[in-house]
Amino acid sequence: MATLNLLIVDDEPGIRSGIRRILTDFCVDFPFLEEEFGFNIIDAGSGEDAIDIIEKNAIDIVLLDNKLPGMDGIEVLEYINKKQYDCNVMMITSYASLDLAIKATNNGAYNFVPKPFTPQELKASIEGITKNLYLRRMTKQLNTVGKQIRFQFLSVLSHELKSPINAIEGYLRIMEDRQVGNNLDDYELMIQRSLERIKGMRTLIMDMLDLTRLESGKKARDVKKVNLVALMKVSKDTMSPMAIQKNLKINIDTDPNEIFYIADQQEIEIIFNNLVSNAVKYNKDNGDVNCVIREDEHSITISVSDTGIGMSEDDISKLFQDFIRIKNEKTKGISGSGLGLTIMKKIVEDVYNGTVSVTSKEDVGSTFTVKLPKISYMG
Amino acid sequence: MDILKNKTVLIADDDVDIITQLTFQLKGFGMNVIAVESQKEAEAVLETTKPDIAIFDLMMENQDSGFILSYKMKKKYPKVPVIIVTAVTADTGMIFGVDTAEERSWIKADLYLEKGLRPEQLQMEITRLLTP
Repeated sequence: MATLNLLIVDDEPGIRSGIRRILTDFCVDFPFLEEEFGFNIIDAGSGEDAIDIIEKNAIDIVLLDNKLPGMDGIEVLEYINKKQYDCNVMMITSYASLDLAIKATNNGAYNFVPKPFTPQELKASIEGITKNLYLRRMTKQLNTVGKQIRFQFLSVLSHELKSPINAIEGYLRIMEDRQVGNNLDDYELMIQRSLERIKGMRTLIMDMLDLTRLESGKKARDVKKVNLVALMKVSKDTMSPMAIQKNLKINIDTDPNEIFYIADQQEIEIIFNNLVSNAVKYNKDNGDVNCVIREDEHSITISVSDTGIGMSEDDISKLFQDFIRIKNEKTKGISGSGLGLTIMKKIVEDVYNGTVSVTSKEDVGSTFTVKLPKISYMG
Repeated sequence: MDILKNKTVLIADDDVDIITQLTFQLKGFGMNVIAVESQKEAEAVLETTKPDIAIFDLMMENQDSGFILSYKMKKKYPKVPVIIVTAVTADTGMIFGVDTAEERSWIKADLYLEKGLRPEQLQMEITRLLTP
């Protein structure tokens, strides 16, 4: 059970002890709260005492009488508001006036309880104020986490975009200063590398655009019946030039011969291209890429295996993070934006309610399996 | 210039093109270059070799690889100067420097540089760090 500090501010000792009695063993719990809230009760007989207590303790809830001997309740409220203490204030007032209500609400009072009140009325108000406090703090926490993730993404993105610019700039400076002499042929390698880096940057930007469209939900979708086997063949053809260079065989094994699915063709192409291009890129020369498509009553399973370099357990755990590219001796010289799997996973999980899984063995190969449910996806 | 001649520099950067360019520049200054592409490889080199100076990229397999390497390096060879280079800049809000004592106490590097440095600047900075 969590305990909230509740401060009662009232100049009448009878009211203070009355509230104390009502709330001492009182607990607030809601179905969505992870734990119950109980109250540690502190009381003050004047506004000045209240401020003293608020300054010295982390007070969560204040029950505040407006009519106090020295400074009045509104002034205490103004003080709490000005200092931005993270607490909810409930005004207790014996004479309700619109003027006071407006003033208090403007200063952030959560609500009012008119005096006299029954124990039931007080408990109901405390329940409301506790729930509000909990949700407000939770929202604040979630926002902070969201901002952190966004910041992390942006700082990594900035690094990924600046790296190729720096590399190209470096080569251009060497050329500008004619550091290898005046013969253009001697700069051939630098020119090739610069073009290669520009190509990489273009891929990254395209992937970024895909991801942004996915996240904003603004991508125009065209959902209809598509032939998954035909689309897998298109992916195979797209990757063929790369596969030929490594002398790889891409095999498609499908049962039944044609499998249809209600989907956006472009999204399925992104999934398939990612699966096949990874299997080609991380394969060994003369290897195989096996694409297996199966259908049962409830779902369609697509698994793409390679006979490549494979991954360690540690690598697999990092695999789906943004911009993660497994870097080691074996992946040297393999290019990519580091966003491919992020995008694929987003489409499979968020759009089609499916799953992506991976099994891998170092130096033997990896298998990526995508499972798409036939019904109940949000498409 | 002479002070750099035959000095050994260890460079670690996961960008092959930066390695190519740095190696080219540093060899131009007459230095011996040991180049590696990861924090792990750099750690292995430091086990057996004491360079005269080191240049580490900040983000390699870890986001703070450069800091980790500097820390390990300073523990083993406290006198060898370390330069950290990176592409991360002020526009991400991540600004580092080693200008104050407090920064130097946790960033164990002697100099913090942005990538894209001109060869003359690089030569000047290395010369300054290697001048007794």
